[in-house]
Amino acid sequence: MSNELYRKIVEISGRNPYLCYQCGTCTAVCPVSVFMDVKPHQIIRYIQLKRIDLEKLKSIWTCLACMACVDRCPRHVDPGIIFEAVRNLVLRRGEDAVDYFKLKDLDKVPTMALIALSRKMTG
Amino acid sequence: MEESRIGVFICHCGRNIAGTVDIKKVVEEVKKLPGVVYVKDYIYMCSDPGQKLITEAIKREKLNGVVVAACTPSLHYETFARAVEAGGLNRFRYEMATIREHSSWVHFHDKEGATEKAIRIIAGAVAKVSQNKPLEPIRGKVTKKVLVIGGGIAGMTAALDLANAGIPVILVEKSPTIGGKMAMLAETFPTLDCAQCILTPKMAEVARHPNIKLYTLSEVIDIEGFVGNYRVRILKHPRMVDPDKCTVCSFCERVCPVKVPNEFDRGLSMRKAIYIPFPQAVPSAYAIDTEHCTKCGLCVKVCPVKAINLDEKEEIIEEEVGAIIVATGYDLYPGERLKEYGYGKYKNVIDSLQFERLLSTSGPTGGQIVRLSDGKPVKDIVFIQCAGSRDENHLPYCSKICCMYTAKHALLFKEQVPDGNVYIFYIDIRAAGKGYEEFIKRVQEEFHVNYIRGRVSKIYEDEDGKLVVIGTDTLTGEELTIKADLVVLALGMIPTLDRDLAAKLKVPQDEYGFAQEVHPKLRPVEVATTGVFVAGAVQGPKDISETVTQASAAASKALQMLLYGEITREPVIAEVDRDRCNGCRICVSICPYDAISMVDGKAKVNELVCEGCGACEAACPVDAIKLRNYTDQQLHTVIKAVLSR
Repeated sequence: MSNELYRKIVEISGRNPYLCYQCGTCTAVCPVSVFMDVKPHQIIRYIQLKRIDLEKLKSIWTCLACMACVDRCPRHVDPGIIFEAVRNLVLRRGEDAVDYFKLKDLDKVPTMALIALSRKMTG
Repeated sequence: MEESRIGVFICHCGRNIAGTVDIKKVVEEVKKLPGVVYVKDYIYMCSDPGQKLITEAIKREKLNGVVVAACTPSLHYETFARAVEAGGLNRFRYEMATIREHSSWVHFHDKEGATEKAIRIIAGAVAKVSQNKPLEPIRGKVTKKVLVIGGGIAGMTAALDLANAGIPVILVEKSPTIGGKMAMLAETFPTLDCAQCILTPKMAEVARHPNIKLYTLSEVIDIEGFVGNYRVRILKHPRMVDPDKCTVCSFCERVCPVKVPNEFDRGLSMRKAIYIPFPQAVPSAYAIDTEHCTKCGLCVKVCPVKAINLDEKEEIIEEEVGAIIVATGYDLYPGERLKEYGYGKYKNVIDSLQFERLLSTSGPTGGQIVRLSDGKPVKDIVFIQCAGSRDENHLPYCSKICCMYTAKHALLFKEQVPDGNVYIFYIDIRAAGKGYEEFIKRVQEEFHVNYIRGRVSKIYEDEDGKLVVIGTDTLTGEELTIKADLVVLALGMIPTLDRDLAAKLKVPQDEYGFAQEVHPKLRPVEVATTGVFVAGAVQGPKDISETVTQASAAASKALQMLLYGEITREPVIAEVDRDRCNGCRICVSICPYDAISMVDGKAKVNELVCEGCGACEAACPVDAIKLRNYTDQQLHTVIKAVLSR
């Protein structure tokens, strides 16, 4: 993960991943964390270490964006908001808007990807 | 005025200043400043040889003003002031120029700019010192008596230390007995001595000490005066039982028809409206809860010694004291606010003090750990640390003692239920203290306690009455579901310093309500108002040993002031030009220390109360108030000197 990508995550989310002290509240409250390959608190840890390939990360598409973790995060790191930023970065690649008519295989796309694509503002 | 002969002493502070600021250039430029006759630089001006440089130069060069360009006045003003005085110069003819914090540290990336800024800062200090008047400290008398507010372990320790030194003490306690929160505890970490066993002898000592006057069921309602000379008004609520007559026979308690939750057991048991919080209470007497008493008079009839008087009225007592020690203690963070844990909703979710009561042999269950819902034995128990603490949604700070007492709870549980299962959810284990780490190790080693690094998401009750605790183990990344009989929340500590009282005492409070000390390291028991000291958890979360240490420290600070016999105060205070004052009273209303009063229609500053903040000087519409050595004229010269380069 490049420094540039890290900077963008922070810029879009407005959150500071370095505040995370790995209490695991996010993973505990996450209704779908059991289905995640990398758990929410682990993702934040990998982001701190800048050692994660976000393109290959499946967990952010499992995330329901229910924002329970945001509600309970004791340090306002707010994983849910950070994931939303990551989704936008992976999907948009600098594009401001998405042309729905160009999307292929719509039925195979994770729901979260569609929502993230359509969201203009986050946080 | 005589000609200025100012010496400037420039400190390198190792590389702290010299690494960024070009000292050579500063020396050269400062030599050119008006009034400067001597400039010297040195690697560590605060060291003995450095101070000697100042002392000797004053004598040799006949200096009548000194500027030390170094760190900050809060760090080393006093150090250099003494060196200046050793040289025979009045300390108010010396100023510090802060070239470390204000220049070298903040501009380390810009050496040239930092050097220039350092020169300007020094120029300002030189301009100021050349107009400084020599001043003498202000002296005043001291009443040799101390008021201690709060009768917990902090207040008791402070009171006993003072009383043993021969100083009369007024100890004011809100509840019917002294002892505080410590009296509620079972055993104390890390040595596991029983709280009652080490506390009650101290309580008895307080009760019989000839130098301690104890007011229970009382609160301080008003404080007037200033350091060394406080007048306090104490509201004494009616106890309605004469403690001198009461023999604690308990007849009254047996006939009393009113039942209310017992706060000493944190609601786990009931007490009557006439009650004694615990058998070893001091004073050893019953008290009537006036809020709940129906005045049925049954107790009066059965009392064999006629100690009860239901018509007793509240009383206001006035006392004069020289110093005040605030030791109002702490409370637990309201567990109801942690909705996800079900505190207040499920009977078997309790707080740490309630668990202490369960463990205590004098507690509601006689020391038996049982499920509060049905009285059945507890097999599986979950402890949740940082319940409210280290959480931006609740208390951002660490409450410091929960790691240790939870480990103690786990140990005491395992001693009683050897085949029980203990699960402790934690974020980090903080066991900094003598014997603390060893204690945690012992709990893990001997009792095989399951420490789970992670947090709990929610707790609910299943149909068998067991609590289902769902959480995460962050080390394995797995979700955990634990069925527990009892869940204990290690709730955070919050201060119990009433805002009203704090305002009356002029004790500043930090953002969380804890009393704000003057300096966290060097002046930990003093507050901004001279003569008022703090001790115990009111200043910040702390355990018993730290509380006792701090209480003794506060007592010794008060003693220092009282035994000296008089108080000396900084003379840099406001002065009123009575010819100019038009009696508008703006200064009276603006003074944060109540130091100004109107005498014969003109403002008068109480020299012993004024802290020299300068608010009145700024507010005075006719320029009649001046802060000594900070007059408008002086400050204008300083600004000119800084900007004129």
